Amino acid sequence: MKEYAKKSIKTATYLLWALGLVFLVGCGGEQKNDATQETALDLSPDNAGLTLPDGFGALKVADSLGKPRHIAVTAQGGIYVKLENAVDGKGILYLEDDDGNGTAEVKQGFGDYGGTGILLDKSGLYASSNSEVFRYKVDADGKVVDPASVDTLITGLIDRRQHNSKSIALDNSGNIYVNIGAYSNSCQKEDRALGSMGMKPCPILDSAGGIWQFRTDAIKQSYGEGKRFATGLRNVVGLDWNERDNHLFVMQHGRDQLHTLFPDIYDIETSANLPAETMYRLEEGSDAGWPYIYYDQNQNKKIMAPEYGGDGKKLGAEDIQDPIVAFPGHLAPNALLFYTGDMFPEKYRNGAFIAFHGSWNRAPEEQEGYNVAFVPFENGRPSGDYEIFADGFAGTDSIMSPDEAQHRPTGLAQGPDGSLYVSDDQGGTLFRIVYTDEAEQ
Amino acid sequence: MILARNFRTAQIAPLFIFLIGSIYGCGEKKKENDTHTKPASEQESEVPSPVESADVPEYMAEGQKVYAQYCLSCHQVNGTGVSRLNPPLKDTDYVLGDKNRLLGILVNGSNVGLEIRGETYSNAMPSFKQLDDTELAHVASYIRNSFGNSATPVTIGEVSTFRTKSENQK
Ligand code: HEC
Repeated sequence: MKEYAKKSIKTATYLLWALGLVFLVGCGGEQKNDATQETALDLSPDNAGLTLPDGFGALKVADSLGKPRHIAVTAQGGIYVKLENAVDGKGILYLEDDDGNGTAEVKQGFGDYGGTGILLDKSGLYASSNSEVFRYKVDADGKVVDPASVDTLITGLIDRRQHNSKSIALDNSGNIYVNIGAYSNSCQKEDRALGSMGMKPCPILDSAGGIWQFRTDAIKQSYGEGKRFATGLRNVVGLDWNERDNHLFVMQHGRDQLHTLFPDIYDIETSANLPAETMYRLEEGSDAGWPYIYYDQNQNKKIMAPEYGGDGKKLGAEDIQDPIVAFPGHLAPNALLFYTGDMFPEKYRNGAFIAFHGSWNRAPEEQEGYNVAFVPFENGRPSGDYEIFADGFAGTDSIMSPDEAQHRPTGLAQGPDGSLYVSDDQGGTLFRIVYTDEAEQ
Repeated sequence: MILARNFRTAQIAPLFIFLIGSIYGCGEKKKENDTHTKPASEQESEVPSPVESADVPEYMAEGQKVYAQYCLSCHQVNGTGVSRLNPPLKDTDYVLGDKNRLLGILVNGSNVGLEIRGETYSNAMPSFKQLDDTELAHVASYIRNSFGNSATPVTIGEVSTFRTKSENQK
């Protein structure tokens, strides 16, 4: 027994020396980051201001990047950031973490257009402006070979400023899906004007208010070459291909202003919570019903929109697809990511993370959102209620106006080790959330 | 505890100094980095309280009601707007400057991507032509004298002159 103990102490001592060395190397070393250096991550003692479940930690990868929208991470841990506006002619930033401590530095900037969408695949780096989708060739490490040489895959998509983000997703059959948001709140004759009724049929749906499908092996495609894959979606900023289930899932931003436009039907509080922000599992030909209906998460029903004769109770058309998850109103889901890593505990595998940008249309009520939510999935279907995974981005407990928030979650990406990256277009911060396995004391 | 007794302090002390030193070293460096990369949003967080205009108290009270009903959801309670979507009303040329231009936006709406302090906004501002001259004068005066703004009020007479003129131009 005694002999055994002594041996253990010796071993432990060696291990601790080794650990110390790792810290030193991680701190000042010039080493390239790789999986073996995870222990050297300089996690923030207060989780970078975020509230996370037990066992998770966080750090700020970078700060003050402008307005980062969506993000993509390479197999080596390099990070691409799509900026809302190009800064000095650079709309895409590429960051690397030289010393493996988790913070990364901007190495390169290119792409003289602002936009939202970005994603990385063996076939290239895809990025979108508010009317086009581009692709850059990448090497085996996911690094762009020549930023000046770029293919214009898709062009001429409608951009009338409102809901103009062109978020993108890929399937495994050579298709690319692009959100084309409706340039309207509810397809009134006069957008957002008091007493203006809805147009029927809504003419916007021909060129927007849905998801369009294009090919990845063709260039200069526009409406003529693509097809409307799904319709009746007011605006989708977060979408992701579910590898398990081989389907496209999307998060719709529900309509605004029920009270301000129809004060006789909706009071301020009802209008702050309605309608739901909804998740759909799309098939080709899916119709989510905008602008004729909205989803009421309290009644669990598709309700006829007031612009089309609804009174808050009348049901909408039956043939409209039901959402698979309904969240409270106005939270603004700006990113959707199915977690395929193995760093996070079992419960999170193949589940959905949603970045909620945070509301504005709940005013004068308190605003909500400004968090990352999680929905567990089994066999491609939600298997439990949603929960708030990461909170505290706003940096203040109660928030009346988005301007008061320090950070607004906008993009999500998964790192090669299974870390979850969150971008923020308010403070320009990139967060990285990791599972450390050390339950908090 | 048996383990602890067997532990020889002399053997372990330098190890701990080394360990703590190396971890602490990391922390120091982090702190240094932090001061260089403070986000801009942390530096300007003061929300100025509305300045009451002494000469038109009833314009302010009535204007606030109109604002709460028709404008607040987009431009927000403190006039800060919503980044990317709805512009601020605090300290902008459109609010503080030429009254006819301001009334033009209120009566006709605007959906052109006005540039306000270097940013553009993607939402649509609807027309408020259904408001009467009194309501428009009240709300225009209210936004010109709230959120830290201070400018001459817009009178009911100025609104009706503006409306007659723009009618005649049609
Ligand atoms: C649906 C949201 C919405 C509502 C409601 C709304 N606005 Fe606006 N407002 C906007 C947007 C968006 C713009 C920018 C329009 C553009 O870019 O062409 C704007 C522009 C303005 C401007 C000029 C730009 C600036 O920031 O100075 C003023 C002044 C203004 N609004 C005042 C009002 C007032 C007063 C009301 C209520 C009577 C009101 N707005 C209601 C969205 C709204």
